[in-house]
Amino acid sequence: MDKLKRRSLKVLGASLGAGAFAVAMEPLRAFTAGLTLDQFLRSHFRELDPEELKDLLSRLEQEASEKIGRPVTMRADPPIEGVQFGYALNLSVCVGCRKCAEACHIENNHDRATNNSYIRVLEMDQGSLDLERGNADYDHPVPQPGKYYLPIQCQQCENPPCVKVCPVEATWKEPDGIVVVDYDWCIGCRYCEAACPYHARRFNWTAPVVPPAEVNTDQGYLSNRIRPQGVMEKCTFCLHRTRRGEMPACLEACPTGARVFGDLADENSPIRWVLANKRVFVLKEELGTRPRFFYFFDK
Amino acid sequence: MSRSPSSAPPESSTSSGPPPPSTRGGHQPDAPSYFLFLWRAFRTAFDGRWPYYAWMTLLTICALIGANAWAHQVADGLVRTGMSDHVSWGFYIANFTFSVGLAAGAVMMVIPAYLYDDHEMHDVVIIGEMLAIAAIVWCLGFVIVDMGRPDRLWHMLPGLGRFNFPRSMLTWDVVVLSGYLVINLHITGYLLYMRFLGRRPAKRWYVPFVFVSIGWAVSVHAVTAFLYAGLGGRPFWNSALLAPRFIVTAFVAGPAFIIVLLEVLRRVSSYRIGLGPTRTLHQIMKVTVAANLFMFASEVFTSLYAGGAHASAVQYLLFGLHGKSGLVPWMWTAIVMNVASIIILLLPRSHQDGRLLAFACVLAFIGVWIEKGMGLIVPGFVPSTLHELVEYTPSWTEWRVSLGVAAAGLIVLTVALKIALAVLTGRVTIEGYVPSIRPPAPAREVAAE
Repeated sequence: MDKLKRRSLKVLGASLGAGAFAVAMEPLRAFTAGLTLDQFLRSHFRELDPEELKDLLSRLEQEASEKIGRPVTMRADPPIEGVQFGYALNLSVCVGCRKCAEACHIENNHDRATNNSYIRVLEMDQGSLDLERGNADYDHPVPQPGKYYLPIQCQQCENPPCVKVCPVEATWKEPDGIVVVDYDWCIGCRYCEAACPYHARRFNWTAPVVPPAEVNTDQGYLSNRIRPQGVMEKCTFCLHRTRRGEMPACLEACPTGARVFGDLADENSPIRWVLANKRVFVLKEELGTRPRFFYFFDK
Repeated sequence: MSRSPSSAPPESSTSSGPPPPSTRGGHQPDAPSYFLFLWRAFRTAFDGRWPYYAWMTLLTICALIGANAWAHQVADGLVRTGMSDHVSWGFYIANFTFSVGLAAGAVMMVIPAYLYDDHEMHDVVIIGEMLAIAAIVWCLGFVIVDMGRPDRLWHMLPGLGRFNFPRSMLTWDVVVLSGYLVINLHITGYLLYMRFLGRRPAKRWYVPFVFVSIGWAVSVHAVTAFLYAGLGGRPFWNSALLAPRFIVTAFVAGPAFIIVLLEVLRRVSSYRIGLGPTRTLHQIMKVTVAANLFMFASEVFTSLYAGGAHASAVQYLLFGLHGKSGLVPWMWTAIVMNVASIIILLLPRSHQDGRLLAFACVLAFIGVWIEKGMGLIVPGFVPSTLHELVEYTPSWTEWRVSLGVAAAGLIVLTVALKIALAVLTGRVTIEGYVPSIRPPAPAREVAAE
């Protein structure tokens, strides 16, 4: 009898435990409901053959269009043979207006609530390149006397620490020099964010929200499509534009013409002219990351 | 209190030390007997006196609280944590780092036992390895709860996903941690199974693995240190002293936990544990706590005296920077605890007074937990790479999830020890199974199922 009582108590305890576990895990359903088997099993971007890629893009296009009620184009333009993208920025003319950061925010479909952007502009003291003395949270008319302005975004390093550390190869350097992320492969460990010396990477702490009317419908798989929750993202020099011969959104928005973008492999490009005729420098050169983003002063 | 091996463990009315293996006939292992071993081990896990049930119920409730908080976190995103793009790792990774140390430090039982052939240590080696197993459960738990996309964990599986080995140090960590888990499971499982059969374990089936596990323990923690030390953009971590510091702190936290655990087991189990192991671990801690303080001081001096970029994180950690001082109380608590613990450990009285020694261990354990957890991870991000000062405090969700992971590891540890001690004390053998409460004590020795 006692043995029986003991056993039934155990069974009762075990069923109570199992029931409590089911209740505790209930909130997960909100996550799994939005996850299809197809999404769960999706292959790495670089393992898709042309046919699979076409299917995937048209499916993503359809999903994105349905979501905002407007047609979206979803592309995955390949790198252009022989092109090596590079960027230069004239610190003498930058006034710190942050138009570039704002253009980035809109172009790349950033989460509206967090006002995210791939560009941070530091207000620096004249006579110092010490980032420690910079301020990214200034809120006053610009330019201020005695200050200059240092916009920082992904440096598209030749030797990117973020790519090296990724445990699943979800981020890599494309042949044209752009470091990209496969948002559908990233596991969200944020090791790359710890490794980046330039604060260039951003994490989707929650699902980004962009009002349907404000969504940029010209989207790229590896660049500005709306990111899923829980994955990394970063500046891609607007590759959905630049691989079609257009300029990055931050350059077009710049009112002072501080930004020079182009093909480092083309001797006649403006960026090559800057490298040949200005005394350029890169940020944190001592770390050996070899940035493709150059800064220079005019005067 | 006086600590003698016979100091009134609750069940000490019957002598239940392990019978010498040779007196038993010994059974040839076969598949059914292995299943019988698993079955009886399973039964043991669900059988105990009321304190055992109360303890397990408490742990289960904590684990469920954690599971619920984690489910919410997965659904809503890591926005539920206190982390940000500035401080992108926090409490979870801090606890992960500490747990790796605990796993590595647990083999401090193994080194004296096998390298120096300390026989008293042999009897408690299994306890250390059980702790290592539980600590790896903590490691895995804290990494998984930190992931933005736990549904994509399979992307890490070699063959199925794309495992960036050997370039990414994180993949090294996966390899060494899972290898360490397998080695420890093998050693403990084999030794217990042989004891279950009443046979003497064959040296070639465990001694080589024991030596591998010693080297492996060091590699586990060195690799975890390299995970941080290899990042050139984070001056606070980018130090060659980080890996040695990790090893030394592991050899503080591991022995501290085991000394307290042995003290607890002496009270709740009939398994006889001599004082020798405690004495050896005490000696080890005298060296490691002091060495850790020295290394910490050396880091602080190097950063602060030279100044520059290396100094600002240390300054933030110890004194606050530009009015931000979130870590200062944590860090000074850790320093005070570590200093107090070394003073107590060096007092002759701590050799006689078990409670005092346990107190010193708790101080050292918490001190290292802070120093190697929050005190190591957060200053890597404050100031940020662009020298912005954004502070971090763990959110309520992070506390609850961490509580859940801690409870899950403790469940594993408790069940593993329950089974191990039942086998070691001869209550669970191939010949029979003695439930822990009935039949009453005198009839306990050999009872049929």
